[in-house]
Amino acid sequence: MNEMTIQTPVRKAAKVAGSKAVVTLKEHIVEIISDSGEGAQRCGQSLGSIAARMGNGIWTTEIIPAEIRPPARSVAGASGNRIRIGSSYITNGGDETDLVVAFNEQVLLGRVRDRELKSGCIILLESMWRKHQDLNVSMSYIETHDRLVAAGYKVYEIPMEQECRLLVSDARRGKNMFALGMLCHIYSLELQLARDQIALTFGKKAQSIIDSNVVLLEAGHKWAQANLDFSYRIPSIHSAQAAEAQIVTNGNIALALGVMASGMELCSMYPITPATSASHYLSEVFEKVGGIVHQAEDEIAACAFAIGASYASKCTVTITSGPGYSLKQEAIGLAVMGEIPLVVVNVMRGGPSTGQPTKAEQGDLMTAIFGSHGDAPKVVMAPATIEDCFYSIITARKIAETFNMVVVVLTDAGLATSQQPFARPKFNEAWLAPPFDQSPVPKGAKPYDWDPVTGLARRFIPGQPGGMHTLTGLAHDRLSHVAYDADVNQESLRARSLKLAALQRTLSPPTVFGESAGDLLVVGWGSTKGAIEEAVAVLQAEGRKVSSMHLRFLQPLPPGIKEVLAGFKKVMTIETNWSDSPDEEIIDESNRRYSSVAILLRSRYLVDIDCWSEVKGQPIKPGTIRRVLLAKLKGVKS
Amino acid sequence: MNATDCLLHMYDEQHDLEDYQSGVPRWCTGCGDSAILAAVQRLCRDEDLRPEKTVFVSGIGCSSRFPHYMKTYGFHGIHGRALPVAEGVKMARPDLTVFVNTGDGDCCSIGAAHWIHAIRYNMNLTVFLHDNQIYGLTKKQASPTSPRGTKSNTTPRGSYLDPINPLTTTLGVANVSFVAQAVDWIPESLFEIVKAAYHHKGFSFVRILQRCPEWLPTSLDPWMQDPNKVQLLHHEDGLQLSAGLSAVYKNQLQHDPSDINRAREISAHEDVVPVGILYRNPNVPCYEDTRQTGVLRTNETIRKGFEAELDKYAA
Repeated sequence: MNEMTIQTPVRKAAKVAGSKAVVTLKEHIVEIISDSGEGAQRCGQSLGSIAARMGNGIWTTEIIPAEIRPPARSVAGASGNRIRIGSSYITNGGDETDLVVAFNEQVLLGRVRDRELKSGCIILLESMWRKHQDLNVSMSYIETHDRLVAAGYKVYEIPMEQECRLLVSDARRGKNMFALGMLCHIYSLELQLARDQIALTFGKKAQSIIDSNVVLLEAGHKWAQANLDFSYRIPSIHSAQAAEAQIVTNGNIALALGVMASGMELCSMYPITPATSASHYLSEVFEKVGGIVHQAEDEIAACAFAIGASYASKCTVTITSGPGYSLKQEAIGLAVMGEIPLVVVNVMRGGPSTGQPTKAEQGDLMTAIFGSHGDAPKVVMAPATIEDCFYSIITARKIAETFNMVVVVLTDAGLATSQQPFARPKFNEAWLAPPFDQSPVPKGAKPYDWDPVTGLARRFIPGQPGGMHTLTGLAHDRLSHVAYDADVNQESLRARSLKLAALQRTLSPPTVFGESAGDLLVVGWGSTKGAIEEAVAVLQAEGRKVSSMHLRFLQPLPPGIKEVLAGFKKVMTIETNWSDSPDEEIIDESNRRYSSVAILLRSRYLVDIDCWSEVKGQPIKPGTIRRVLLAKLKGVKS
Repeated sequence: MNATDCLLHMYDEQHDLEDYQSGVPRWCTGCGDSAILAAVQRLCRDEDLRPEKTVFVSGIGCSSRFPHYMKTYGFHGIHGRALPVAEGVKMARPDLTVFVNTGDGDCCSIGAAHWIHAIRYNMNLTVFLHDNQIYGLTKKQASPTSPRGTKSNTTPRGSYLDPINPLTTTLGVANVSFVAQAVDWIPESLFEIVKAAYHHKGFSFVRILQRCPEWLPTSLDPWMQDPNKVQLLHHEDGLQLSAGLSAVYKNQLQHDPSDINRAREISAHEDVVPVGILYRNPNVPCYEDTRQTGVLRTNETIRKGFEAELDKYAA
């Protein structure tokens, strides 16, 4: 799945204009950035879809400003998309950008300062600002342009808006399609696929709108053909996988499709970034299959509503992000106590507090495992890919209803907004929730008849004759009667805890990526899988004894981990949450705070596991991980 | 038993009061909750509600123990969240009869946001606000409905703020469809009001003024001891007064429950307690009806809908 990818060499000089040799590449990272509302995101998404249809591996990452309408031409206002196109299966956003299309120099500057561009990368820059009537604007443009050229970037100034104005009245809104046309030429993508993509994107609009966008697309293509001195070809994947039917979605759409395919009938939510787009999409489509999205008055109500519906029928889902997840804690505890099945999705963002709403982080794992007061055992899963986002929801629903437990699904802003093709799911009726039980309860059956070994109890659902009882968040006995004596509390906590062990017994040990023994094992979870495995694959190809293991179940941890750890001289985790660096002056083993999974593994397996983490709001780059692992390997005697 | 026999059996089935009674209430002697429990159990019997199709949802507080004393399904949840839980139950199961028991702290303080929005959703729930104007379970703290000057453990020199008036508040929210007030010391009208609330399709909000013999034993005395301080509302579309009740409570007012402006005026009175139906509008749509998809959920429906979505994302 994770083939090694070769870095594109920095292109020192352009080919002489007119020599038009098509250079074949293994992969390229492309960015289209603009002010908000100028359509760079649409251009980027379309490019990704077209490349996917060409048979390329792709991974697209949204570049999102934190504000809805940041001021025009601002350094922090870059809005757009980053597309990694490859001739093999792509599992992550990769390292720095090889080619960027920028609609103004300010948004470009922001990307340069964030060190997101490869040194010497190709820049296709809108040139209209050079002759702007506002002297400040033109001066800024010229100065930035000259500095970028001096720094070695290969800058092409392109009169995009001017060219568009020859064809349409509102050139500012149309130039994203002009840019798409240019990129189709640059990457030798079939223009007809781009025309089809436009028809699909604007399908609901008038034919005249589709037509004018196609005109701009073709103009961009033609312009690039006539004026640019380079073009590339990235061969498509030749594998059985590529031959299979694929779909391309982001993680939030995949989550929502999972909700649909799980047979759940109700999603209750409150708007919060970056989770909401899943609910937007569900609101659009869920009703077609009889489902309901309820937008509650707040996060607590969203959770309580879902709990009420779950209690009285099938398992339901509530979708949120960090701050909302915190607000739901008391209600989650109630579902744990009452043994009500519930799926809670937390699309993690930077925290604490309001933190970084549009940025990715893995900071909520401990809250997910230990959240709510008292001992509140719940299942915690973390999809590692976009495809996983889909299947995790189906699995989560099943576990929730089988064990009458809360299942927390942790994704993050990176998975939520990135796009990747995956095998088109083959619908399976076994995914769907069965009808809820309305049969009479056998005489003498108790609402919490905990199994002495597994802790499992069957739940009684309103409507079942003979099952009448009052579910309560108070300590209760097998009859659901409020109970204060010590033995009952001991018994019920035991039962709820044993359910996790019962689930753990059904899990498979995690697979190891690479050899099962060696110098270094890297452990990751969630969205970092693609980047970790890519970095590890490169090191393995260089002969290093490095392997990795990715955890999808964090609570309970699957069996077999201890045996895996034992095969390696050193173990470390790579995570996007906080850990103190041991290099800090006042940090030592007595006060160092470790990353979440490192803490979990250290405490459970008594192994001295190190960690490395970063909280820059961006997915960790494979190149960064490679450097970290190399540094760690230096300390290991092979 | 074949299907017809089964239907006939259901039709013939009669329930007694005992069929709705569970356990021995742990409320203090003289607590208003007991009067409400009696009225509600009587309602269940008179309406012959099927115990397995009836759910009482509550939050936290003395009054929220209510579901434990009903032999129906019950959901004794967390503080302030009875309404959203009940909404979830009703949305998933419109076939169930759902009641909500909530106290003045539960509804008007920690759960106030849900209260306001529940009115606006107008789901078919019968909601009893057990208002004793004090926190009982946590031992005497001022509640948002405590009259100003109420001495409590958190306000030993008297509470500082004017109370929230649950009636005018409810009457001020969009989509309000049923508001009534009852008092625990007039069981006859309490029952009639509970019954009218049950029969209204929509969010039926009944504020019940009740005594707390433990923490505020005398606070309602002025109203209990002077029948003229209770104003019975009657109307051909509201409650009709019995001869017995008329003989005791002479302060009566003809009030048309469709008149929301008049309802707001009457509710605003502090010196006299209005008892009866303040407002009723049967034409406000219920959220659970509005949200019905009309799609018959079969595996085939889901498969088709799902495949159609996958087509949109085909690479």
